[in-house]
Amino acid sequence: MRSFFDTSKNPKLAWAGVALIVVTLLVLPWALASMGTAWVRITNIAILYVFLALGLNIVVGFAGLLDLGYIAFYAVGAYVYALLASPHFNLHLPFWLILPIGAGVACMFGVLLGAPTLKLRGDYLAIVTLGFGEIIRIFLNNLSQPINITNGPQGIYMIDPFRIGDFNFAKRETILGLDFTGPIRYYYFFLVVMVIIIVLNLRLQDSRIGRAWEAIREDEVAARAMGINTRNIKLLAFAMGASFGGVAGGMFSAIQGFISPESFVLVESVMVLAMVVLGGMGNIWGVILGAVLLSFVPEVLRYTVTPVQEALFGRTLLDPEVIRMLLFGLALVLMMLFRPAGILPSAVRKRELETPAKP
Amino acid sequence: MSTLALLVAKGITKRFGGVQALADVGFTINHGEIYGLIGPNGAGKTSLFNVLTGIYLPDGGEFTFDGDPLSNLKPNDVAARGIARTFQNIRLFGNLSALENVMIGRHVRTKAGVWGAVSRNASARAEEAAIHKRAYELIDYVGVAKRANSLAKHLAYGDQRRLEIARALATEPKLLALDEPAAGMNATETSALKRLLEDIRRDGTTILLIEHDMKLVMSICDRVLVLDYGKKIAEGSASAVQNDPQVIAAYLGGEVTLNLKGTA
Repeated sequence: MRSFFDTSKNPKLAWAGVALIVVTLLVLPWALASMGTAWVRITNIAILYVFLALGLNIVVGFAGLLDLGYIAFYAVGAYVYALLASPHFNLHLPFWLILPIGAGVACMFGVLLGAPTLKLRGDYLAIVTLGFGEIIRIFLNNLSQPINITNGPQGIYMIDPFRIGDFNFAKRETILGLDFTGPIRYYYFFLVVMVIIIVLNLRLQDSRIGRAWEAIREDEVAARAMGINTRNIKLLAFAMGASFGGVAGGMFSAIQGFISPESFVLVESVMVLAMVVLGGMGNIWGVILGAVLLSFVPEVLRYTVTPVQEALFGRTLLDPEVIRMLLFGLALVLMMLFRPAGILPSAVRKRELETPAKP
Repeated sequence: MSTLALLVAKGITKRFGGVQALADVGFTINHGEIYGLIGPNGAGKTSLFNVLTGIYLPDGGEFTFDGDPLSNLKPNDVAARGIARTFQNIRLFGNLSALENVMIGRHVRTKAGVWGAVSRNASARAEEAAIHKRAYELIDYVGVAKRANSLAKHLAYGDQRRLEIARALATEPKLLALDEPAAGMNATETSALKRLLEDIRRDGTTILLIEHDMKLVMSICDRVLVLDYGKKIAEGSASAVQNDPQVIAAYLGGEVTLNLKGTA
């Protein structure tokens, strides 16, 4: 993938590739919209999963810290946005102000989770982070008393869409004969944010900080002996990962217009982790691919399972929801059997898995 | 002596449960020396390294490094103060390239943070280029330049030992502490290592050397400290230590010590 974009070796091919991708991404929502606006929404959610997977990749892929409660940061970002831009507190701050606040609060929670777990690794860290994720969700569920902050399980509704002056992202308008629906507007905005986040990730990975993360992943004792302040560098990984989650959460709030603690259950954390692992831990392009695939596959199955059964047997034998999860699970198992290092393994992980382990 | 002394250890004591790993060990390493640390297996050599580099906290005693106390510092602070080490069981960052390993050694002498990484401003780019250049110089210095882009774990054993030295040198140490660098090396590799150590000393870095290869120790070390059961049993020039009856006893099992005659 990297050689594909390597403009130094074959500039024409590389730029043609980039141009192709750009055009595809620009045209995509219109093609999807012709199949129904639902598909544009699904795409927007997929982009949010890309943000989440990239954020988690910093913690799990780069720094090697297994985090099973990552969705908590998504929840924090979502609730920050919901509380500051809804009738719940009658606050209606602009989104460009709330998203950084959400990132900041999520970042704070990231440090809050990171600080007590600095000495933990592997299984032990996974257990603590899993607990942390649940604690956040349960708090959101119960913070309706004595003072109603989160509105409990009912969730918060009528959350403001993104607005810049008179430009409302959720409003449908026809411009130059093109039907700009809300989801399409969000799509373009998300696309811009995605490019920024990808560039940030690529630059972080190939930097002094990125190398320090990888050193900790490889050998923490040696990393410390080489002068890396493992405490700060680990906290930084948690904080950066959490901030990305917080931004994604704010966007989620805005496009849904309604959030409740149910959107932030453990399965969501597992899903994002599956995206990172399946795509290829530590490889930014792999992680993106993993996120896109795992967000689309269940949706595609949702829309095809019933028609296929009708066509084959004349009636629906199995509940679509059941068979969907069954096929999804099967796809995951097969994928891990045939590509254990992920679909696009990072060069490193690939070599690691191909060579026999040292005795 | 104080102007000459780089590292002064006084009364270093470390206990693991009932095992006295180090008992009141004291010594002085002078600037520009190659100082050997020998002793039978389990004598406390590596424990001394771990206490010195902040991996263990000592139960007693104090190090003075370059005029200032080195008490209770974390390993990364010790590295920042100018003590770099290698490990008895090689601890490279196996899944990173050899060059990246050395680049990580530059971490403690460089500054770029998240903003530098993300913005790639002029100073961050200049620093990154300098890190790359210096890392390459060092990997060449230890003679592993040909394998710069290989994963560290794919390097030959001797090259891994050398790479670990390059990584330690990247932190610009005043004192380079090597834990059995010749272990597992053949005679040719050992003599190449000896030349490398001599070069490092000539270029101004003091060396503390744990080693079992007596030929190497005796030929290269200015002075040698001998530990046995956590106690210092001898210190002095290589030849003096070699003829010390207590040292011989420690290594050969005690049958030549006169005072044990008759107890058997």
